[in-house]
Amino acid sequence: MGENRPILQMSGIHKRFPGVIALNNVDFRMYPGEVHALMGENGAGKSTLIKVLTGVYAIDGGTVDLDGAPITVGSPLEAQEHGISTVYQEVNLCPNLTVAENIFIGREPRRFGKIQWKELNRRAERLLAERLNLNIDVTRTLDSYSVAIQQLVAIARALNVSAKVLILDEPTSSLDQGEVQELFAVMRKLKEQGLGILFVTHFLDQVYEITDRITVLRNGELVGEFMTKELPRMDLVLHMIGKDLELLADLPASDFGQAGEASGETFLKVTGLGRQGSIEPFDFMIQRGEVVGFAGLLGSGRTEAARLLFGADRADQGQWQAAGGGKVDSPRQAIRRGIAFCSENRKTEGIIEDLTIRENIILAMQAHRGWFKSIPRKRQEAIADEYIETLNINPPNPEQLIKNLSGGNQQKVLLARWLLMEPNLLILDEPTRGIDVGAKAEIQKLVLALAKKGMAVLFISSEMEEVLRVSDRIVVLRDRQIVRQMTGEDIHHHNVMQAIAGEN
Amino acid sequence: MFRRKYIPIFITVGLFALIFALGSFRYTGFFSTQVLFNLLIDNAFLLIVAIGMTFVIVSGGIDLSVGSMVALTTMLSASLLQEGLSPALVIPFVLLAGFLFGAGMGAVIHYFNIQPFIVTLAGMFLARGLCYVISINTITINDKFYQSIALTKIYLGDSFISISVILALATLLLAVYLAHYTRFGRNTYAVGGNEQSALLMGLPVARTKVLIYGFSGFCSAMGGVVFTFYMLSGYGLHAVGLELDAIAAVVIGGALLTGGVGYVVGTFFGVMIQGVIQTIITFEGTLSSWWTKIVIGMLLFLFIVLQRVLGARAGSSQTR
Repeated sequence: MGENRPILQMSGIHKRFPGVIALNNVDFRMYPGEVHALMGENGAGKSTLIKVLTGVYAIDGGTVDLDGAPITVGSPLEAQEHGISTVYQEVNLCPNLTVAENIFIGREPRRFGKIQWKELNRRAERLLAERLNLNIDVTRTLDSYSVAIQQLVAIARALNVSAKVLILDEPTSSLDQGEVQELFAVMRKLKEQGLGILFVTHFLDQVYEITDRITVLRNGELVGEFMTKELPRMDLVLHMIGKDLELLADLPASDFGQAGEASGETFLKVTGLGRQGSIEPFDFMIQRGEVVGFAGLLGSGRTEAARLLFGADRADQGQWQAAGGGKVDSPRQAIRRGIAFCSENRKTEGIIEDLTIRENIILAMQAHRGWFKSIPRKRQEAIADEYIETLNINPPNPEQLIKNLSGGNQQKVLLARWLLMEPNLLILDEPTRGIDVGAKAEIQKLVLALAKKGMAVLFISSEMEEVLRVSDRIVVLRDRQIVRQMTGEDIHHHNVMQAIAGEN
Repeated sequence: MFRRKYIPIFITVGLFALIFALGSFRYTGFFSTQVLFNLLIDNAFLLIVAIGMTFVIVSGGIDLSVGSMVALTTMLSASLLQEGLSPALVIPFVLLAGFLFGAGMGAVIHYFNIQPFIVTLAGMFLARGLCYVISINTITINDKFYQSIALTKIYLGDSFISISVILALATLLLAVYLAHYTRFGRNTYAVGGNEQSALLMGLPVARTKVLIYGFSGFCSAMGGVVFTFYMLSGYGLHAVGLELDAIAAVVIGGALLTGGVGYVVGTFFGVMIQGVIQTIITFEGTLSSWWTKIVIGMLLFLFIVLQRVLGARAGSSQTR
């Protein structure tokens, strides 16, 4: 790849949303004929940068140069006209139209207003064969092909608009290994043809396989631009997470004293549990009184694994051994077995904003009893008061609407809802996201206290300190696989980082 | 080239042939070109209206106003002719009115993002109400031009068709061309397939949607003109419930109410099936004409279930 002139140069980009600075003085450049990875954790500003580039959001400050000339992009359509095309994870084409039509619709070859179908099909076939090495019947409808092919068709459509810059936004998330290789082959071919490809993914292995250059963002700021070959994985992960190893080492490993003595009594054990396109088959067991932490980068399969254990997604393979029965097929069954799941999407999957604290707390219990056996008001109030006190929910008024509470207190209400069910296994997915430090510490303490009482807790978090602090055992996931489990002495930030980065 | 997407249309055509064959065996005099031509003569207006409806349904919408629009067209035509206006002015005027009425509803649907069901329901009441503003009574048409068109028989061999049939078949051919060989037609399918994607692909979604409802309005006005030839009167209670017959014809013709799938030719056979069932019941003589509705009702169920089954199978074959 030539170190000549960048095809795309973004300098000093600023983007502000009410109350948040999403991008702060970010530079980004891309050369023709290279695959460039944009990396960063949740909230780093990756998607904002892409949306600014493609005209979904207006820029608050900074300049964009394409091919040496400054451009302003007002809408996705304008971006396409400039030669910046995006292919999203969920394919934005029309499933009911043929492959050829999807590539050309809006720009069909016409004579006197009449669409020339033969010409159109011929051009589509040639485009797919010559530029993407794809030989398929272009007169069949798009929905008769797999997602992988659909994505290639989307790329073909982008190319047909004479793209200079192609943005692939998590294109591999729903592809299997073979399909990913097909996509990579296409990407290599396009690279040779001088296209600049911006590749966004959560899979580190894929980044090292296909990209030439990496730009890392964190908290809306540029961390740096690196040549992929010269950046060890460990450093990449550190750049993304933003902690120095020394800093982690200083961390008081057990602020509260390690929770616990695992009872030795297995509550749940699965072998070879997996779901295609979501998580590779894994073995997992948890004992009563044990806190197991799931560590890994965003998209590594943490949530997916937990959802399988809860039955929210159906596993397509694997064996179950749970206390009091075999398989868990649905959340209903899981709840009956005493498994509770606190989702990471507090706002959309957890709290009901317009109900009071009391109503939110008793929701799961009421559902469990059936809607016809309503819980007496007196009893409801007693329950609400009890949990407001034990969890220290603020304000201590059970009739307060939950939308008026802070994030931390909302989280506690959610916890109360599940604790009320007296679960045997509590799955917490990112329970401390977006809440302040004090509330975090309280929730961590609570987790340890629950484990002491004999509850099994599965703790998922992006913050490594937190996982290190509360867990008796840590399971590390990378690229949708469980790659390592560690207990006791083995639990050390360095080991965890290594496992996350995939270095041995 | 056999494709799964053509299955519903083959079934529709096959069903029409089957019912026609059954009638031919059972009743003497049924198997003749004139019976076939009568199907066209009696259903010309329904065919034209259903063609407009096909575009609306393919785009994922619905148009409930078409029956009222037919009635309004008969009223407008009859009253303007009564005033002594020339048919050469009246007919273009009502066609334009129909187009503008439809396009107006399309604009409301798109720009205010309101469900087509509710907007066209409002349009249905509005158009029906306007009929009674013009007159609450039947207005008969004595215009020479209208009468001569109504009475003209065009002989093909021993059997004849009417001018309305020519108009309907011309509309059919125009619609097939529009649907498959113009950008407007393809954009209609794209909008019905996935409106969000169509927008991101840079297609003129707003213009397309307004034009679709405009075209449906135009077709119902055209259907109204043909209906006026047929009835030679304007009346506010003409064509009550016609919108539902049109929708039924489109669905029996293989279109999906969820949008994106459907053929104008399918709609043609959907109309013909309704017509042939009616003819059989007339030939039977002893059955009440409501049996038509019962059979159409059963057919609708059959087709909706069939589509669901075919759709489910297509879905499972895709996820390898």
